[in-house]
Amino acid sequence: MSQELNNSVAAVDTVAVAAATPDKHQPWKELGLKQDEYDRIKDILGRRPSSAELAMYSVMWSEHCSYKSSKIYLRQFGEKVTDEMKKHLMVGMGENAGVVDIGEGWAVTFKVESHNHPSYIEPFQGAATGVGGIVRDILTMGARPIAVMDQLRFGAVDNADTARVVHGVVSGISFYGNCLGLPNIGGETVFDKVYQGNPLVNALSVGALRHEDLKLAKASNPGDLVILFGARTGADGIGGVSVLASETFDSTGPAKRPAVQVGDPFAEKVLIECCLELYHAGVVAGIQDLGGAGISCATSELASNGGAGMRIDLEKVLKRDESLTPEEILMSESQERMMGIVPKKDLKAFIALVEKWEVEYSILGEVINEDRLYINWHGEEIVNVPPRTVAHDGPVYHRPVEYPTWIDALNANSVNAAGLNRFADNATELAAQIFEVTSSPNQADKSWVTNQYDRYVGGNTALAQPDDSGMVRVSEETGLGIAIATDANGRYCQLNPYEGAKLALAEAYRNVAASGANPMAVTNCLNFGSPENPEVMWQFKQATAGLADGCLELGIPVTGGNVSFYNQTGDVAIHPTPVVGVLGVIDNVARRIPSGWQDEGHNVYLLGTTRDELDGSVWSEVVHGHLGGQPPVVDLAGEKALGDLLGGASLQGLIASAHDLSEGGLAQALVESSLRFGVGVRVWLTEIMERDGVDLTAALFAESTGRVLVSVGREDDVKFVGLCEARNVPVLRIGVTDVKGDDALLSIKEVADLKLTDLRDSWKGTIPALFG
Amino acid sequence: MKIGVVTFPGTLDDRDAARAVRIAGAEVVPLWHADANLLKVDAVVLPGGFSYGDYLRCGAIAAQAPVTQAIVNAAKGGLPVLGICNGFQVLVESHLLPGGLIRNEHQHFICRDQRLRVENVDTAWTNQYQLGEEITIPLKNAEGGYIASEETLKRLEGEGLIAFRYIDGNPNGSMNDIAGLRNERGNVVGLMPHPEHAVEAGFGPDGAAAMRSGLDGLKIFESVIKAVVNA
Repeated sequence: MSQELNNSVAAVDTVAVAAATPDKHQPWKELGLKQDEYDRIKDILGRRPSSAELAMYSVMWSEHCSYKSSKIYLRQFGEKVTDEMKKHLMVGMGENAGVVDIGEGWAVTFKVESHNHPSYIEPFQGAATGVGGIVRDILTMGARPIAVMDQLRFGAVDNADTARVVHGVVSGISFYGNCLGLPNIGGETVFDKVYQGNPLVNALSVGALRHEDLKLAKASNPGDLVILFGARTGADGIGGVSVLASETFDSTGPAKRPAVQVGDPFAEKVLIECCLELYHAGVVAGIQDLGGAGISCATSELASNGGAGMRIDLEKVLKRDESLTPEEILMSESQERMMGIVPKKDLKAFIALVEKWEVEYSILGEVINEDRLYINWHGEEIVNVPPRTVAHDGPVYHRPVEYPTWIDALNANSVNAAGLNRFADNATELAAQIFEVTSSPNQADKSWVTNQYDRYVGGNTALAQPDDSGMVRVSEETGLGIAIATDANGRYCQLNPYEGAKLALAEAYRNVAASGANPMAVTNCLNFGSPENPEVMWQFKQATAGLADGCLELGIPVTGGNVSFYNQTGDVAIHPTPVVGVLGVIDNVARRIPSGWQDEGHNVYLLGTTRDELDGSVWSEVVHGHLGGQPPVVDLAGEKALGDLLGGASLQGLIASAHDLSEGGLAQALVESSLRFGVGVRVWLTEIMERDGVDLTAALFAESTGRVLVSVGREDDVKFVGLCEARNVPVLRIGVTDVKGDDALLSIKEVADLKLTDLRDSWKGTIPALFG
Repeated sequence: MKIGVVTFPGTLDDRDAARAVRIAGAEVVPLWHADANLLKVDAVVLPGGFSYGDYLRCGAIAAQAPVTQAIVNAAKGGLPVLGICNGFQVLVESHLLPGGLIRNEHQHFICRDQRLRVENVDTAWTNQYQLGEEITIPLKNAEGGYIASEETLKRLEGEGLIAFRYIDGNPNGSMNDIAGLRNERGNVVGLMPHPEHAVEAGFGPDGAAAMRSGLDGLKIFESVIKAVVNA
């Protein structure tokens, strides 16, 4: 916090003082506001803001809270939808998290959010509080959180700093998530030097609720009490949201004292159980969690959403540090706090429940029938604003957009144009490359990471890593459940952000379908460089358009999401990384499909068509260190047909296993499906090569979309193939599963016989060797 | 048949333990940390989690809770008590079982399907197993390293007080591969792995027959029902 702000609060800068001293200099610039934004605040208020008001506007109008650079693009997620897509949507974008009706009176809410910048500065607490924040968002909707997942991007494995971030982030997630009692059901771990100074830590949570338990963040009934409960308010994270998330890391820039929040998962676990009992007792009319922008956000959003006002006595906030100024209290991002709107008649019941859980609370004020948020400090008025102007009427930018100067050259430099050696006639070399690809850091087994997370707690986990999606039972009576998969490929997005976003959507959709669930809704976390760079804004514009168009084509709505800008160091931005999460529903998790074969003698089929698509592939990266050309073509109609087929076949119990083909192509899928249960397979590729007109390299490593590897018991063979043909999904028998045990082989005819024990050692060995 | 399942603030696997009790065929009675009344239950399960945030030491604060004091007294009178993971830590902190549990030697939380050997079947919680039976139970903890003095270890080994031992790899550096203990009387058993996560087909560890089909934990809960009925 700047010297000026400290000085200005020595004597309280009340609303009256602000009105009387119009020309007093204020540190708006240091708080991240622009001249025209400061002028607008003065216009709204008809005077200069008090220092408390300035603190509120500055955090709420920051990029992180106001989405000022992204808003005009995010609108299309609400516009490119049909009535059919909205049919199951109980709450759409704009709330803490979207809510989807999954039937039987159940609903689920899910969302993914970034905690990138804090996680570079302090990986452990940054990642831990990322989990805490997203779980509170889910809780706020009235839901019991039932699972978490994490999407992680780290720098190059051979950079000395990477281990610091990996260890910190993974232990932070482990520390916080495990202590909350939420199963971690999957996620992503990717290494690339583009994330060296800007690791991405995205956290997803999903929760389940009965329809009648839905809660909204609004205060609409005058007279209701405004109660802050949970942890005490401290000095942590002050300015974190605006300073950390809106400033690019630059070694030459001004020194900013990092203000990372510190998490206490035990306090959050108690808060979860306490809130669920409060909901069940029906004593909260509205609720909002405190995350970025703390009390500034909670008070203004609750009032604005409810079309009412609030009168607050800020000195009643319980503090960890009595020296906190009112401005600091308004901006504090202390974790594990909630703000409840409680009707006076329910106060007694409310107090009984929070005292049962030994959760501290304080009544800050009440809801009023006036379009005004009044905040007093020991009897003196320090805030007097229309709540909507703080919460929802923030600035909207139309940032300049420019087609990147470098992208045509990048697209022209395809695998073929660059003349990369394909080794198509060299079976020995290609066999070695199977080891090289599957043991490369991004393709290698991630159980060193996931074994640090509890995947069992709750007793409802039907699928978790390494299966294609995470799946959790919602209803113990019927087996109704949900599946979630998330995906993003920064390399594809660098080549073509429009197609790259669609590819992420297509892959997550396919993963959910491959587990037997029916894809229903989409969330996203859009990680990009600086919006002040017109070329980054072009990437953002393209990616959001691709995602919105893709969702429209697949007929599943975006229910919410998050944007993280300024992921760049100096002038170098990360690859655009739009993480897309797809939620699916399955009527009974008992029919879920694993990603590997469990039985000998099953037929192995490849669904879909293989094209000569090696640009942007893992093969091009691992074997040649190359990135160029265009990513694989997306055919969403084909994906939909494939998804419908898998759903239908699963309902009839025809499929024993299904694994989607994506990064690393068929080679990766064959290795993973064999290693899942240690069951071997004999495969031939000649028919793929002949039918699709591709060489051996493409057959093994191309990353063409719309493909899934399935195993089918002999008794279901005719039925299954008939189903594929009826639905026009290309199907080709490419192998037969074999014995399990120490002698089990992945035998690829005319290429090599690879021992599963060798493949396992190399696939499992990479990550522990680097970080263990 | 009523089996109490205790909830402390920060307990996580209480709903899982309750499900296991129901599947085994007993009635679940929730017990609250602040209430010393055991509601006439026939046995008690102290489930896993992070009671009181694991502050001070894992299980140390829970050992002082009113409900725990009542359980300790009742256990001395023969009430069957099972401590799972954090519950095992509570039993050790309450001195119902000897030794201590410290940070895993590799310093990480570990979650994996763990092979165990049943070392003693003369207890209220293990009588349905065969002696020497090898089972698979999910393990998940950060503080699971069992330690004890040389003298205590000698006594545990000599008197057959080791209930479960890790096989196919010691996951946390526990002395003598100890995964679980029993008391002299056989009514109190504590173990780090989570038998309540291996009681329902589809949600347990991978088994030989199919994915997530492992049910090896169920016999623990069936054992206590047998023990109480026969008592």
